[in-house]
Formats: sequence, C-alpha cells, structure tokens
Amino acid sequence: MGTRIESLPRSCQADRLMVTIKTGTHLPTRAGALNGVIVPEQPGKNAIEVRGVRKVFGTGENQVAALDTVSVSIRENEFFTLLGPSGCGKTTLLRLIAGFDFPTAGEILLHGQDIAPLPPYKRPVNTVFQSYALFPHMTVAQNIGFGLEMLGKPKAEIEARVAQMLKLVKMEALKARRTSQISGGQQQRVALARALAPQPKVLLLDEPLSALDYKLRKEMQIELKRLQHETGITFIFVTHDQEEALTMSDRIAVMSAGKILQVGTPRDIYDRPAERFVADFIGETNFLPGTVVSKQGGVATVKFASSATISAGYPEGFDPTGEVTLVVRPEHADLVADPAKGTIAGTLSNIVYFGTDTHYHVKLDGGDNFIVRHQNSRSSPVTYATGAKVGIQFEEDAARVLKD
Amino acid sequence: MAEPRVMDIKDQPGFRSIAIICLLVLYIPVLILMIFSFNSGSLVTHWEGVTLNWYGSAFLNEEFHSAAKNTLIISVTATIVSTICATLAAIGMTRVKPWRGLAAAFMIINLPLMVPEIITAVATLSFFALIAGTLGLNFGIGNLIFAHTVFCIPFAYMPIRARLEDMDLTLEYAAADLYATPWNAFKRITLPLLVPGIMSGAALAFIVSFDDFTITQLVAGPGQTTLPLYIWNQIRRPMTPEINAISTILLLVSILFVSVSFLIARRRAK
Amino acid sequence: MTTATLSPTPLSPQPLSKAALFEAQAVKAGARRNRLLSLPALIIIGIFGVLPLIIICVYSFLVAAPYGGVQWQFSTDAYLNFLFQRDIFDDTLQFTPDFLIIYLRSFLFAVVTTIICLLLGFPTAYFMATRPPAQRNWWVLLITIPFWSNLLVRTLAIMFIIRDEGLINDALLALGVIEKPITMLYTNFAIQLGLLYAFLPFMVLPLYSSLEKLDFRLVEAAYDLYATRRQVLWRVIIPLSKPGIIAGCLLVFIPALGAYVTPLILGGGVHLMIGDLIAQQFGSGRNWPLGCAQALILMAAVLVALFFYVRNTSGKVQHG
Repeated sequence: MGTRIESLPRSCQADRLMVTIKTGTHLPTRAGALNGVIVPEQPGKNAIEVRGVRKVFGTGENQVAALDTVSVSIRENEFFTLLGPSGCGKTTLLRLIAGFDFPTAGEILLHGQDIAPLPPYKRPVNTVFQSYALFPHMTVAQNIGFGLEMLGKPKAEIEARVAQMLKLVKMEALKARRTSQISGGQQQRVALARALAPQPKVLLLDEPLSALDYKLRKEMQIELKRLQHETGITFIFVTHDQEEALTMSDRIAVMSAGKILQVGTPRDIYDRPAERFVADFIGETNFLPGTVVSKQGGVATVKFASSATISAGYPEGFDPTGEVTLVVRPEHADLVADPAKGTIAGTLSNIVYFGTDTHYHVKLDGGDNFIVRHQNSRSSPVTYATGAKVGIQFEEDAARVLKD
Repeated sequence: MAEPRVMDIKDQPGFRSIAIICLLVLYIPVLILMIFSFNSGSLVTHWEGVTLNWYGSAFLNEEFHSAAKNTLIISVTATIVSTICATLAAIGMTRVKPWRGLAAAFMIINLPLMVPEIITAVATLSFFALIAGTLGLNFGIGNLIFAHTVFCIPFAYMPIRARLEDMDLTLEYAAADLYATPWNAFKRITLPLLVPGIMSGAALAFIVSFDDFTITQLVAGPGQTTLPLYIWNQIRRPMTPEINAISTILLLVSILFVSVSFLIARRRAK
Repeated sequence: MTTATLSPTPLSPQPLSKAALFEAQAVKAGARRNRLLSLPALIIIGIFGVLPLIIICVYSFLVAAPYGGVQWQFSTDAYLNFLFQRDIFDDTLQFTPDFLIIYLRSFLFAVVTTIICLLLGFPTAYFMATRPPAQRNWWVLLITIPFWSNLLVRTLAIMFIIRDEGLINDALLALGVIEKPITMLYTNFAIQLGLLYAFLPFMVLPLYSSLEKLDFRLVEAAYDLYATRRQVLWRVIIPLSKPGIIAGCLLVFIPALGAYVTPLILGGGVHLMIGDLIAQQFGSGRNWPLGCAQALILMAAVLVALFFYVRNTSGKVQHG
C-alpha cells in the first residue's frame, strides 16, 4: 500500500457518536453518508487511489510543483470533496484524474488499474466543468447524448438514456433548446446530465456551483446530493467554499500549497483539525498558546500562562511536547460573569450582534484575543457590558492540540 | 441652444462634424461614379438621362467576358487554396504548445501583409521570369493563381485565427472527457464552431484577389486580363459610361463580400 | 552490473512516471502534427513569396539585359545608379539626385497623408466609439466597405471628379466662380488627394478598435478631478489610445510610401512616386537590377518603420 495521508476516523472518541445528526442535507441510508459518524474503512473498495502523485509545471528555472507528492484514497459511492484556497492544487488533482494533465510522478488507480497514462477519452470518468462547457452548436438533448454517441452506442439506447437523464435533472421541457437559450441554473443541470449520461465510474465536479447566485447554489447543493444518492456514482467535488464542503461531503480533503493536509468527515475536519491551516481555513477559530504537562491515552494536559490546565486531544501519530497551540471553536466556549469561575479570564472588548448569535471579543489577560459565540435566545438571562472582566469556560473536549 | 442638455462626458466638440465629413468624402466620389453608369449620354461626366444601356453593352462585350472569366478562375482557385492552407495553419499555430519555429512560421504567414505590394509584384515577376528562363516553366494563368494565393493566405488566416482564439478551450476538453477521440472532437466540436471564421476568411481572400491590380498588372502575361486590368486598359482610351458600369459591378461585388464577412464576424461577437 | 546509471536530467530526480512518458510522447506528436498542418501555407508563401524576395536581392547585384531581364554578371551599378550616373564619355560618376528626389517626394507625400488622415481619422474613430452599440456597428460597416473596396475604382472616382471637365470644375464654371477649368488632374495635389482618399479608412479602423476598448470611467474620473474637455482629450484619451494611433499611422504610412495605383492614375506618369519608379524599371526602363535595388531601398525604409512600431508597442500587435 502506498502512503496514506488520511487520518483514520477510528481515532475518534466514543462520545462523539452522541452528536446530533443534522437533518435535511444528507441521506442516512448509505454507509458514509452520516455527518459526524465514524465511517468504517472499506478495504479494497476504493474507487480512486492516488499514489505519490507529483505534478510539476514549466521547465528549468520556472518549474512549479502544483502537486507535491499527494496520496489519497476515495471510496466507492462517496461524495468526496477537495477543499482549499485557489492555487492549492485541487483543480490540478482533478485534471489529473480526468486526464487533461498527466502526473510527473506517481500513479492514479481507478478500481486498481493505473489510468494516469490514458488520454481522457479512454477513462470512464466524466467532468462537470466550472464554465459548464456546453457545446453551443447543439441542443440540450444533443449535448446529453454526445458521450454515448462517441462511445458508439445504438441510437435507440442513446435516446432512451437521454430521456432518462432529462427526467433525472427535470429538463424534459427544454430538450430541443440551444444551450445559449437556457438560464445558468438550467445549463448547470444539462452539464450534470451530460456528464452522468455515460454512467461514469467517477464524476468529477470542478467548482460547478461558483457561477450561480446564492439561492440557486443552495438549491443545487441539495440537488447534487440527490443525484449522487440516486445514481450511486462516486463524486469528487472541488470547491474553495468551506460551508459547501461541510454540508455536502461524506469526506473532505483539505489542501494547501500542493499538499493534502487532512482527510476526514466534515465533523472530523471541523472538530478535530490536525493543523493550524485546517483549523483556520474552516470556520472561525481561537488559537491559544499552552504547555504540555502530561499526556495519557491520546489526551494531553495543557497548562496556560494563567496556570489553569485543560485536557485536550491531539492528532493520531503526533507526539505533543513543550509549547503547543490549542484550537477552540468560538461556540465551544462560554462566558461566565465571575472571572474566577472561568478556565481563563479576560476583559470583554467588543460585542458583535449577528442575529442568530452574538460574538463576544475577549482580550485575555495573557494578551491574546478570544472570541466566544453565544447562541441568542429569548430568555438569555445574562447581559454583559464591554470593559467587564469575564471568565471563559470550555465545553468538554473543546480544546485540541494542533500539529504546529 | 433652446433646450438645455445634460453634458455627455464622452462628447468632444466638433468630432461629430468631422466624422460625418469623412463619411461623405469617402462615399460621394464613389456614388457619383455609380450614378454616371446610368447616364444616357456617352460622356463620363455630363449627365443627359437615365439608361441601362451601358450595363447591356458591358455584358455583351467579349473582352469583358474573358476578363471576368479570368478573374473568376483566379479568384475562386486562389480563395479555395488559400482558405484551406490558412485553416490548416491556423489550427496548427493557434492555442497550441509552442513548437520550434512557430514564431518564424507566424512571421512567414504575415509577410505578405508587411511587404509593399509593388515589391511583391516585381519580385514575383522576377521569379516567374527566372523559372521560365532557366527551367522553362510557365504555368500560364497558374502564375497569377500562385501569386494571388500567397497574399490571400494571411487575409484568410486572420479571421480564422481570431475565431480560434475566441473559442473556449474547455469545449475540447469536454469532448475528450465525453469519449471523443481527437479526430472526433475536431470533426464534431472544433470544425463546426470554426465555420464562421473560415467563411469570413474566404470572403476576405476572395475580395483581395478579385480586386488586385498591382501584382496582377506586373505578373499577367498576354491574354491574362482580369477585370481590374480591363478597367485600366479602358482608362487609357476615350472613356464611355461603360467603364462606370463595370466599376459599379466590381464595387458591388466588394460590398457584398465585405458585408457577408462583416455580418458573420458580428454574429459571432454576440 | 557495472553500468552506472546516468540521471537523465538533473531537474527531475525521480524517474518519469508512465503517465509523464505518455504526456511527453503526446506533446511530441502534437508538435509534429501542428508543424505538418502549417506546412502547406508555409511552402506556398515560402516558394512564391519569400523566394522571389531573395531573387530580387540577387538581381540587384547583376547587370541589366538589353531587352529586360538580367545578365549573370556581378555589379554594384544598380546601387550606384541610384545616386550617380556614369558619364558616357569620361566614365566618371556624377551625382544625379533624380531618384533621391522621387524618394523624398514619396516620403513627404506619405508623411502628409499620415498626418491629415490622423487629424481626420481620430475624431471620426472617437465619434464612432462613443455611439450606442447598434449605431456603432453601422459606422464600422460604412468605414469597412471602402477599406476593402477596389482601390483602382475608388481612384478612378476621384479622377472623374477633379478632371478639367469633371464635376468640381463644371460646378465652379456654372457658378461663375472661374472662367476656365482649374487643372487638378496630373498634379501633386491630385496625388495627395488620392492618397488621402485611399488610406483614410486604414487610419480609422485601428484607431476605432483601440478607442472602443477605452474605459470611459477614466474619463469620468478625469472630469471629476476638474479636467476640462480639452484636457481630458489630451491628457487621458490620446495617451490611452497610443497603440491604436501608432498602428493606424503605420497602416497608412507604409502603403502610402509604396503607393503605385494612385500616382499611376492621378499623376499621369508626370509626377512619379517610388512605386511607379520601380515598375518603370521593369517596363519601359528595361533595367531590372536598378528596379530591384530601388525596391530593396523601399523595403529598408519599411523595415525601419516596422522596427519603430515593434519597439513602441513592445510585442502587442493590433490588427484593424
């Protein structure tokens, strides 16, 4: 087996299982579809295996490594997301899988077979492009049938499949239209139908929702999940939008500077970020400096400057010692009026009202800033005033030690 | 001004008048030339009445016939050959990984546009004289076809290249992604989308060949009179409005092809 | 096991993957295919366009044959004859500026044509670029038609108007402004007028394509910063459209310098320009080497202009 960078969800602590499951956006019928639940590893059931892939662009002095020795396994029937800022290499990885570019080193296995040296038209993998790339001189139906036609399928089969696809994406009424005569959201559906029609082993989606407005994007997120569920095809989804990644994915790979930093379920990534970049890129985060005093069974005891201590989990395969950085999500902490009752204390510097919740900016006694998010409710008993001395309490397991 | 107007920031004083004057200056002489093709008098400049006789006599004129035939043979052949060559070259030279010699190839394609016509004319004349003298080769009217093809290629090349550059590269990726082999992707996606550019290029190639005077005049052998040469021969004789009629026909052909090329190009811009 | 393996390139320490080899092969095949596709056009232009230019370079160093053509004998007479004439009695060279005068006159014609075309063309192009899009298309079509129309016929149209019995003289006579027709045809004035008429569209179109891309928010910004209309024109619009101005000037200057049809018809063989001079050597002059030398001197002037253009636009080529 090649090196696997993904952190296995097995390391999760048992109490994480009690976390409530969000409803609506995902379907609890299939393995791996439950956010926040351990997905059992299924050996030998990988749709795509990326092994030690490097991609270098340019020659000589201008060489740039877009991907720096990346390995990752993507399971069958999985909604897998490559998440990262622009230029992190996520689109390059997608293009390597599609066959528009070729790796400088490494292998890309599709069901165990190396497809990296194959041209795109020989790979049973289809792509939904960011710009949709619909053929402007063809109708909606001709676009959808193009792949099957190129595969040399009989006419009757193509027609039946196109009809099925049109129904799947609810575009029957517009099948005879030119692609320039339909709206952006409709073009998006046609692009999806076109890529799904040849029944690919894997569907690649390159930021397909980025051109849509907010409302349509939300609709299409649900639509994509439905399509993936109904077709049972492995989806590899590229995005820079962390919210999109968290709500849609079974698993997420967070990428930065040509490397995969962490692979895991949305809850893994959010609750147990392994590195500072991951914690920072996804959601709002507080970073606290501390010193490791002791550790036992994957839990370290960390002492703050205020000499208060806290127990915090740390990533598997990492041995924290000495000065470390802790990460605490703003909603996993709470304010207490009595500074003495908090684990740490500080002065309330700013209160920002957000409607659903309120952010309290606290200037800690050690000099760092800390944000506490408090959900608003009609019966909020306590009110705070800026300038007040407050204490901060942490929820159980709120703090995590970061790798760097 | 009686009605106060909001200042349009784009306006510059006097520019409108100059633009209109330019347009009038460009069109009035040509329009007068066209009007006098209907003059019933036999003088080119004194108006006597309306007639279509001059068109009739032009169409019955043997010399006009043979000139028109030569012109069409040369222009149509040169257009077809140059458009095919230009299309292939544009495909091989646009949106591709730079190959060795690409920059030089680009210069060669554009060379006929940079060399003044009179130099091309005497150079081509010298060339054909040399191969006739040393190798005994004379292609007859083929000499003119070759000469025209050379300067038609860059004119056909420009709109085809522009069209290719405008084309979304992801369309070809999408075709390859949907199992189209490179040839199928070209046949089903690239070529159909390139057709307007090819038509626009062919129209331009036809116009420049159809209208060419300088190179044709120096290279043409006896019996290879084209329409512009025919007009030139007529100027040196006492002129009748027949020459206006023939000139009008030439202008109308130009206008037709420019408009076709222009409209194709505009439609693609939408 | 004695062979020492040499690393192929120091830049890729890892062995190339199968995929990388496939890619390298595909790139190579692609380059070969693209070269092959370009070949027909390059061969035709190479044989019938480039080779003739080389031939006239050779011809310019040969001796003229008595009835046209050349004799294969090396000579620099063609270039000497450009400035000097050999005295038939004492074989000395005498400075004869006849050709030089024709070149300078052509240069002057081309410069004046360029300047006037710019003065008329810039406002026209600017006016076109500021019309609403639908109107703009009509303007562009109206300027494009003369751009591509038969130059011979257009020159003929000018000739009909300025002849002694042409429309202008007729009108002036009828109005009693003059008693005798003014001679305009076959004068320098006629050639200048013809050149302006011929090349005005060549100035307007590149200027237009440059002005069309002008960001008018910059104009607004300039007005906002208290600039007057005149200041906006000179300090904002003109500097921003410099590439178009240079392209337009070149598109007028080069063909005007080598103009052939215009002086042929409107100069009547009396007032020669370079183009007619060169053609003459191949016709009645029967001195092909001299004609070739004259053509190459014209080519040199064009290259200087093109060099100036390339240096000023730093690689950005604009087509009209």
